[in-house]
Amino acid sequence: MDLSILWYLVPSVIMFVCGVYGFVTRKNLIAMLISLELMLNSADLNFVVFNRFLFPGSMEGMVFTLFSIAIAAAETAIAIAIIINIYRAIGNTDVREINKLKH
Amino acid sequence: MDYSQFGAMLPELIVLGIFLIVFLFDTFSGEGAKKALPSLTTILFALGTVAIWIVPASAEPVFGGMYVNTPACNAIKAILNVGVFIVFLQSVKWVDSESMKIRRGEFYELLLVTLFGMYLMVSARHFLLFIIGLESASLPLAALVAFNKKEYESHEAAIKYIMTAVFSSAILLCGLSFVYAFSGGSLYFSDIAVALSIGETSGLLLVAIAFVLAGLGFKLSLVPFHLWTADVYEGAPTSITSYLSVVSKGAAAFAFFIIFTQCFGAVYSDAWEWMLYAVIIATITVGNLFAMRQKNMKRFMAFSSISQAGYLMLGAVADSSLGLGSMMFYIFVYIVSNLGAFAVIQTIEYQTGKLNMDDYNGLHKTNPWLSFAMTLAMFSLAGIPPFAGFFSKFLIFTSVTGTGSMALYMLVLIALINTIISLYYYLLVVKAIWISGDAPKIESFRSDGASRAALWISVAGIVFFGLVPYIYQYCIDSVMASQDSILSAILPLFVG
Repeated sequence: MDLSILWYLVPSVIMFVCGVYGFVTRKNLIAMLISLELMLNSADLNFVVFNRFLFPGSMEGMVFTLFSIAIAAAETAIAIAIIINIYRAIGNTDVREINKLKH
Repeated sequence: MDYSQFGAMLPELIVLGIFLIVFLFDTFSGEGAKKALPSLTTILFALGTVAIWIVPASAEPVFGGMYVNTPACNAIKAILNVGVFIVFLQSVKWVDSESMKIRRGEFYELLLVTLFGMYLMVSARHFLLFIIGLESASLPLAALVAFNKKEYESHEAAIKYIMTAVFSSAILLCGLSFVYAFSGGSLYFSDIAVALSIGETSGLLLVAIAFVLAGLGFKLSLVPFHLWTADVYEGAPTSITSYLSVVSKGAAAFAFFIIFTQCFGAVYSDAWEWMLYAVIIATITVGNLFAMRQKNMKRFMAFSSISQAGYLMLGAVADSSLGLGSMMFYIFVYIVSNLGAFAVIQTIEYQTGKLNMDDYNGLHKTNPWLSFAMTLAMFSLAGIPPFAGFFSKFLIFTSVTGTGSMALYMLVLIALINTIISLYYYLLVVKAIWISGDAPKIESFRSDGASRAALWISVAGIVFFGLVPYIYQYCIDSVMASQDSILSAILPLFVG
């Protein structure tokens, strides 16, 4: 079977939209972080697919993806550290309770 | 590989060198010696800044064209350095306080790493290097925002900051992946510009550019993407707030200009001209309207900085070397004005813990010098004539109207009306300080030497930057000198 580029792009878009939806609707910080990972992974998938199908001669998209995965890991590490601090301060990770700063 | 290429990265090497010295000193020195850390870092940093000002930039692209340190890039780095130097001076009292003692080294290390990231953002001519710079500028900042470990507000601000930062970089990356699809297989700014000028404008390209605009707009807190700003500014330690509001914003604005003119310059009128108009109008107006009802000084400064970001972006629609020069001058003036205001806010907060505008009532009776400095800073931010803020606004408006298009005249008109609105809330602070008849709530005190030095530098900048033409000339000259290398990629496209 011949797989066209759409077989990859449609799941990538679905992943991105799921990520945005999850980020907006989830109430738990960890779940929000997972949604963010979905969005980042969808971008990575896009890079790889465009590289493979449109520009098979070069490697730039693939290399970019490697860096982007590393950056996503760093982001998660910092976010988790801050979430742990929040957990220590208020005893849970519910965004509805992180609401002192607003006027 | 040719290692002499690293010689072109002088500003980055200087910042990394200072970072390593501070890190090693912090790790291996004894308890007593650690007291010297703030002064050591500040002095080293001042020397580094002088070196960046003096040593001419080599405009040769290095590392296959990924990195270039043109005179304009070098100038903006020097300007950012002045801001960081003032922030260092302001924060000495906070860094020396009891709760900060064991981690004062970390403060300087994280700050220097974010500065390094901003340098890369400014100098990158390839999206890979740009993204690395952007992330190494924004991730350590989240750690800095969470720096007041004992205070809950600091954590709340940090979680809001990191979540929106990651969300925005996910959107930015997604936009870049679509840009990559149009780029002909390369992520160099110049290659993308060439590919876009040949190809046709499609809906997907519009989406891609809108995503990139949104991702960068988060960093700059332009208006539909500004919601994190006020909370983060309020919760973060005040020294970090002042850093966030000027240095981080200045670097992002410059990078924004470079990316949008160099990369997407070819599709300016087709794709992002109207997007940027809408964003600028919304930014200036919403920032102004929300600033009026703020009572907390840090939130007040947050909304003021949102509307100032809108004025900064005016330089980007001028899309000429004059626009970039005016934008750099605006960043410089904004750095001294905003840091002047923050120096006063910080001094008062660290001495008395008071942050509300009402607490400033009758301040002139007890602290006349602080009142004087705050008034000058507010006048400069509002753009009242003899001060630097007037000249920076004037020059950026002239650079925008210079292109002569009717839409841009309307844009400047809206910006002008907003300047008048902004007078109202800037003068509210002045009114509280000088006119309000209430008994002063803040005791008379003598601030520490370092923050007084920071205040003097800011006040000198506010008074003299507008009157001494050298600074503006320096910005324009550096842009002109970079003409061949920075703008040559797009200039033919604008003409054609």
